[in-house]
Amino acid sequence: MDMPFMAEAFVSLLRGLPLTLNLAAVSMVAASILAIGLAWLRMSDVAPARATAIGYVSFFRGTPLLVQIFLIYYGLGQFRPTLQAWGLWPFLREPYWCALLALTLNAAAYASEVVRGGLLSVPAAQVEAARAVGMSGLLLYRRIIIPIALRQALPAYGSEIIIMIKSTSLASVITMMEVTGLAAKLIAESFRVIEVFVMAGAIYLAINFMVAQTIAAVERWLSPHLRAAPGSILPSEIAHV
Amino acid sequence: MEDILTLFGFGPTGWGGALLKATGMTLSVAACGFVLGSIIGSLVAWAKLRGNGVVRAAANGYTTVLRGIPDLLVIYLFYFGGSALLTSAGRMFGADGFVGVPAFASGAAAIGVISGAYQAEVFRGAFQSVSRGELEAARSVGMRSVLMFRRIVIPQVLRLAMPGLGNVWQLVLKESALISITGLVELLRQSHVAAGSTGRPFEFYILSCVIYFIIAISSTRIFNVVEARMSKGFGRMA
Repeated sequence: MDMPFMAEAFVSLLRGLPLTLNLAAVSMVAASILAIGLAWLRMSDVAPARATAIGYVSFFRGTPLLVQIFLIYYGLGQFRPTLQAWGLWPFLREPYWCALLALTLNAAAYASEVVRGGLLSVPAAQVEAARAVGMSGLLLYRRIIIPIALRQALPAYGSEIIIMIKSTSLASVITMMEVTGLAAKLIAESFRVIEVFVMAGAIYLAINFMVAQTIAAVERWLSPHLRAAPGSILPSEIAHV
Repeated sequence: MEDILTLFGFGPTGWGGALLKATGMTLSVAACGFVLGSIIGSLVAWAKLRGNGVVRAAANGYTTVLRGIPDLLVIYLFYFGGSALLTSAGRMFGADGFVGVPAFASGAAAIGVISGAYQAEVFRGAFQSVSRGELEAARSVGMRSVLMFRRIVIPQVLRLAMPGLGNVWQLVLKESALISITGLVELLRQSHVAAGSTGRPFEFYILSCVIYFIIAISSTRIFNVVEARMSKGFGRMA
């Protein structure tokens, strides 16, 4: 392997990192908001609302993300006059906004199930107890439901973030020059596949490693009740006695 | 509406036949990749469970890396890497110029290597849920490793792995759409071509979404039936 070339490749791939992180962060935030709405619809008492949420989630989970990106990027161009009349065309002709929209809509479908799982994991007895002491509405959500649901949903939400970071690579197919886009360009120019692959892979692994570590730290921070009290004997120590 | 029927139909100006063939291509590249992934996955699971330190570390590294990097990068690696290898091999035999690796082969290999990482975890989890007592019982009636593996381990691991394998198959199906980037004429590629030549991208991409969706739903059904058959005689725990 050619070290100077690898260093050079690394530096030029890093130029795509801001775009990768930008796409992942913006669409993850937007998807989370959308996911809360979807989960709320999915758990509502109104049958059509439930059916809408189920249909949305099955569609976006049952078809490949790349087809969704093409549908938005190429397919919506067919309705240009309408989109122009609505003032949306300046956005939807840009690959950046199309990629962002597709990633958001796709991730929201997966994330809504994570949110729903978190909400369902809140023990009914806790909600009942809170109601018994007179909590209602927002206070109940703020003090009881959200903290428990958040803690439960966190590991699955962490995997969704990692999947999102990997998914941003598909934006390169519609000309976005993020890390994978730059890697493909470098491969085509230099034809040194292994070196470029190793460098690009290392960048993604590093990001995902940091995300996983952060999520694990937050999880630990949110579960003080599972930690050993200071000075207590750990079960593993008992076993050795 | 009539217009759409001609567009999607099987007539001389319709794209129905081409799309049907492309759907077959999607299914075959996904199936080849999935089977290859099962072979890789079971070997890696075995390495994780029974290997010595070095083998286990290699197996863990493989699953961590392949699950941590984008699938698209792996597809590029196999496509361009395979072509680079073939080109230099061709040069050795005096053939000058670029030799491309077939998109089907590189695509199936990429899917196999990616899904192998996921299947390894599925198989490992399933093997760990096979009850130790049964393995002990098999040994105590005198079964040797190979016989025990065939009679006790494989049937149980397959049954316990079925839900996980179903999930991996859904992933593989969606991954197969990425192979279109290397030029393999599967469903997405064919829709792309049809969209370009008719100027009706929206209709064709929606149609391909519907086809992917139908494949996904039918395979869920098939996996459920197989799982139910394999679980005959096992009461549900919950």
